[in-house]
Amino acid sequence: MRIETFSLGWSSRGRRIVEDVELRIRPGETFGLIGPNGSGKSTLLRLMAGLLPRAQGRVELDGRPLATLPRGEIARRIALVAQAADTAERLNAREAVELGRTPWLSPFAPFSAMDEAIVSDALEAVDMTHMAERSWSTLSGGERQRIHIARALAQRPRLLMLDEPTNHLDIQHQLALLRLIAGLDVTVVIALHDLNQAMRCDRIGIMDGGRLISCGPPAEVLTPERLSAIFRVGARALTDPVDGTQQLRFHCLEDHL
Amino acid sequence: MSLGSAPTLVRPIRPVLSRGMLGILVLMLAVLAGIVIGETPLSLGQVGRVLANSLWGAGYAVDPVDAGIIWSYRLPRTLVAAACGAGLALAGVVLQALVRNALADPYLLGVSAGASTGAVAVTILGLGGGAIGISSGAFMGAVLAFALVALLARAAGGSPAHMVLAGIAGSQLFNALTSFFIAKSANAEQARGIIFWLLGNLSGVRWPDVWLAVPATALGLVICFRYARALDAFAFGTDAARALGVPVRWVQFVLIGMVTLMTAVMVSIVGAIGFVGLVIPHAARFIVGVRHLRLIPTAALTGAVFMILADIASRMIIPGQVVPIGVVTALVGAPGFALILIRNRRES
Ligand SMILES: Nc1ncnc2c1ncn2[C@@H]1O[C@H](COP(=O)(O)OP(=O)(O)OP(=O)(O)O)[C@@H](O)[C@H]1O
Ligand SMILES: [Mg+2]
Repeated sequence: MRIETFSLGWSSRGRRIVEDVELRIRPGETFGLIGPNGSGKSTLLRLMAGLLPRAQGRVELDGRPLATLPRGEIARRIALVAQAADTAERLNAREAVELGRTPWLSPFAPFSAMDEAIVSDALEAVDMTHMAERSWSTLSGGERQRIHIARALAQRPRLLMLDEPTNHLDIQHQLALLRLIAGLDVTVVIALHDLNQAMRCDRIGIMDGGRLISCGPPAEVLTPERLSAIFRVGARALTDPVDGTQQLRFHCLEDHL
Repeated sequence: MSLGSAPTLVRPIRPVLSRGMLGILVLMLAVLAGIVIGETPLSLGQVGRVLANSLWGAGYAVDPVDAGIIWSYRLPRTLVAAACGAGLALAGVVLQALVRNALADPYLLGVSAGASTGAVAVTILGLGGGAIGISSGAFMGAVLAFALVALLARAAGGSPAHMVLAGIAGSQLFNALTSFFIAKSANAEQARGIIFWLLGNLSGVRWPDVWLAVPATALGLVICFRYARALDAFAFGTDAARALGVPVRWVQFVLIGMVTLMTAVMVSIVGAIGFVGLVIPHAARFIVGVRHLRLIPTAALTGAVFMILADIASRMIIPGQVVPIGVVTALVGAPGFALILIRNRRES
């Protein structure tokens, strides 16, 4: 699914939090959003998912303005894994994933065998099948994050938005998640802090102070000059001798390495 | 446990039906108990004959006094108790899900207090000059109270905790207003009557009350069912609900409107009864879990049966005297509430 934004912005109490963002994300693309804390990544994702009131500009899905689509229609197309979402309800892991089916079910229709299968697949995809019956309050941070991702998968979206999904995940599950995303046949927009992970996206956009200041393939966008200007770090690209891929190594600007 | 054997929502239709039948059976038994048990002892046979006469003109010979007690007094009273218990329990389920706080109920959020104030304003102050009924007065009071509480909560930050704090402030304010109206305008006789009524009292209930309470609760039940999945989706907050396709504003508007209406109707008939809306939803969750498609009927049924039993107790605890039903529900509800607090603490 193609998603485009046209001078998209959002302000709160007179402060501009996101400003004038023009993005064209192509069908099937994996698009990375990076930027310092508070640069507006989460806000941009929520704007693109149509979750914020009083947005400036507009968002279009396959050429149709998001604002004209009913909520349920949007939820059948876009799933969002937010940065932090918690519950005090005594749900178990599987029930939390089942919520992902909400946009597909009519008010009284019972769960079908297909819904059950989709939920089971989603749990399997994030390696949580063995914890399906565990109560939410007993899950660890990483396990909860994986359940949130499973819920988004169970939503069967055509556009998946992930806000720092690798947070809390151990290295194995981080890599597994990135691999899972790469294998999905959907458009993905993903906010990341790990720039080496961002290197694996098709394209990335850099947010700074609420503006999208650069957008393109990782190698073109993540230049040492930009990294020092925006993230206030020095960086050097190292090459893996085995397969020739590039990795960034960072240091403080003050330590002139 | 294998995955196939662990589904939580798909269950064969038959157990669902038989559980529904069981629930209805329990409710009917409770209603029967509500009719049979009382100061004037009646036998099941007498009750059966009177009901048969009244429902389909069976024409049995019955004592007209007994018939009066059964048909005009105990049956409507029991039916209103059931509707009221179910309605308050539903209100609690809805508010707890929407406010995302285990302590939310119409009593805590000031809705009951507002309804009481409205009812008292109409009866004592003669607000509206007779053009407004007690129920309408209670409804306006309830709406006003909830609006104030919601505004205050929003101004304070809008989190679920703020909602509860604002509710407490609102309850205090409206209870104070009620007391003020009583102190200012009621004579001693009136004041005693009203205070007794405010504590919850089913003594004066007759058939017209049934035709108000039962449809209100039935409507509430249907609306709750309609939005059961939406209520599930609120588990992770309003943003998550919206992302799952729930029209959050609309659902909040419809459900809170319904809760306000239901509470107002109940308060106008029986007074403000606490703890039912708070404790029964938790008891129901304990029985069937948190998914609303199952929680809603269970809570409604549990609330109905509980209230009928509380009404029986209120008539029987002190011979020759009726204890306000709000006192009975509080006596049972307060320990139940303590249990919830303790269990919540263990969870977190
Ligand atoms: N609802 C809101 N009201 C007011 N300010 C907000 C609101 N939401 C976000 N902000 C502010 O907007 C800025 C951008 O926030 P946002 O969460 O989008 O940043 P982010 O890029 O996702 O940061 P992080 O890397 O820390 O997740 C921050 O300064 C934040 O304080
Ligand atoms: Mg963020």
